[in-house]
Amino acid sequence: MKALSIHGLTKIYPNGVQALNGIDLDVEAGDFFALLGPNGAGKTTAIGIITSLVNKTGGTVRVFGHDIDSDLAAAKSCIGVVPQEINLNQWETVYNCVVNVAGFYGLPRKRAKQRAETCLRELQLWDRRDEASRNLSGGMKRRLMIARALVHEPKLLILDEPTAGVDIEIRRSMWDFLRHINEQGTTIILTTHYLEEAESLCRHVAIIDEGRIAEHARMSTVLRKLHQEVFVLSLVDELQPDMHINGFAYMAINDHEIEVEVASGQNLNQLFAALSDAGIAVSSMRNKTNRLEELFMRLVDRRDKERTKQLADPEICV
Amino acid sequence: MRLTMSMQGQLIALHTIARKETVRIIRIWLQTLVPPVITMTLYFIIFGNLIGSRIGEMAGFDYMQYMAPGLIMMSVITNSYGNVVSSFFSAKFQGHLQEMLVAPIHSYVIILGHVAGGIVRGLAVGTVVTVVALFFTDFKVQHPLIAISMLVLTAAVFSLGGMINAIFATKYDDVAIIPSFVLAPLTYLGGVFYTTALLPDFWASVSAFNPILYMVNGFRYGILGVSDVNIVTAYAMIMVFLVAAFATCYYLISQGIGIRE
Repeated sequence: MKALSIHGLTKIYPNGVQALNGIDLDVEAGDFFALLGPNGAGKTTAIGIITSLVNKTGGTVRVFGHDIDSDLAAAKSCIGVVPQEINLNQWETVYNCVVNVAGFYGLPRKRAKQRAETCLRELQLWDRRDEASRNLSGGMKRRLMIARALVHEPKLLILDEPTAGVDIEIRRSMWDFLRHINEQGTTIILTTHYLEEAESLCRHVAIIDEGRIAEHARMSTVLRKLHQEVFVLSLVDELQPDMHINGFAYMAINDHEIEVEVASGQNLNQLFAALSDAGIAVSSMRNKTNRLEELFMRLVDRRDKERTKQLADPEICV
Repeated sequence: MRLTMSMQGQLIALHTIARKETVRIIRIWLQTLVPPVITMTLYFIIFGNLIGSRIGEMAGFDYMQYMAPGLIMMSVITNSYGNVVSSFFSAKFQGHLQEMLVAPIHSYVIILGHVAGGIVRGLAVGTVVTVVALFFTDFKVQHPLIAISMLVLTAAVFSLGGMINAIFATKYDDVAIIPSFVLAPLTYLGGVFYTTALLPDFWASVSAFNPILYMVNGFRYGILGVSDVNIVTAYAMIMVFLVAAFATCYYLISQGIGIRE
């Protein structure tokens, strides 16, 4: 069963900007799915169309088999959405924010109150239930938006940058919570700028760029496409100008740090063997970049280079 | 429990919106219920007591009695309009209108829920102003059902008007323009303070195009038993405005104009 099935989705805004250029996307029920892309790539537009906040120009969208053109109410019932911008009623209490949304989805008041309590407790907001939402911290507001989105027990939860501006501790606890509800069967689609978040949480990923899907596969498959990783090594002794690490290219950062490239056919044991042979002692090591971030940047760089090439082509410029 | 929205679900959503709007009116009672009382008290003191005593009778009633139904209706119009325009625009501006737009609520439920809030505010203020009026004058209600139905229908029409205003508004200035430049002149020229029998023929004919004239006179007929317009005509005109305003609202909300991208 597909939680979300998108075919040929296009969106052209009245000012002529083409935000989506015929994207196809399938998300299986139960998946934890990352939708990534640079700012302005079309992620939020796609989410807006799925949740009916944005009118599409063309294409089809089905949510658990319900077409948003012919069966919108059923499609909406399946979705809970956490938008990018904080959009709480700032004068309403935390409790009422959640109970009211339950009512909008048709939950009888008694049931709405039960669900609100459950969601607020799960997101550690029950003690703040009588406070106006404007008095919450940024992290608490994010959690309240998640509670609000889950109150009607949606089968598909869409989170548009849910951890933006949230401190590390709260972000980690939100990750645990999202993993927990995904294990319980809720399909999750996540957009985020924290790529380690996507790598840590998601099983499948789509990278959207300039309104097109640039990559769509299992997270592990996507990451295997990387031909090399770059590690930053801190050296015990000062770097020697004639230093050679057999089989590995490196670049000096400063007197005590180097960047070493490890290609896909190589492993860290070989690197450390080569370091030992060269008499180089290493005090610490870290990845230069997150792997997914590296792939992401390559895709964007490739697009920029192609665009530069096209602009330089006299036939296209004419 | 997995949901699709039945008629029962739509009714629950309607109740939720109406309840939310009512709670808002009570929560900010200093802004919603008190100012109309102060304003109308000043009207009764200045126009009714001080100036009215020099005017004498109008349509067979002393001026204070004649003016009271007009002032009650004026407060209902202003407050039902103001309630919906401020609540709906605020929801749009803050973004929490999206809570309703992403839920499987039918457009007519969103409209009716907000109209219910506007009617509650209109009737609450109307009741308080009536109590104030009774400190200054006395009147026996001639046709209670007509009086109440006129209040409810008028509050509904202007709640819908407030919603249309809020849908098109893009900044807070837009919310103030219509009440200041359209609603206030129409209300003051709608027979609140005078009978159109006093006007020259030309201006009496022009007044016939003012919808508020029918509402004020319909309500005055319910209270005092006198009116410048035929009561059936008044009902017919109000129903025309009600249907037109609802149809406009329904079209705008269902098409997402002003509220979706």
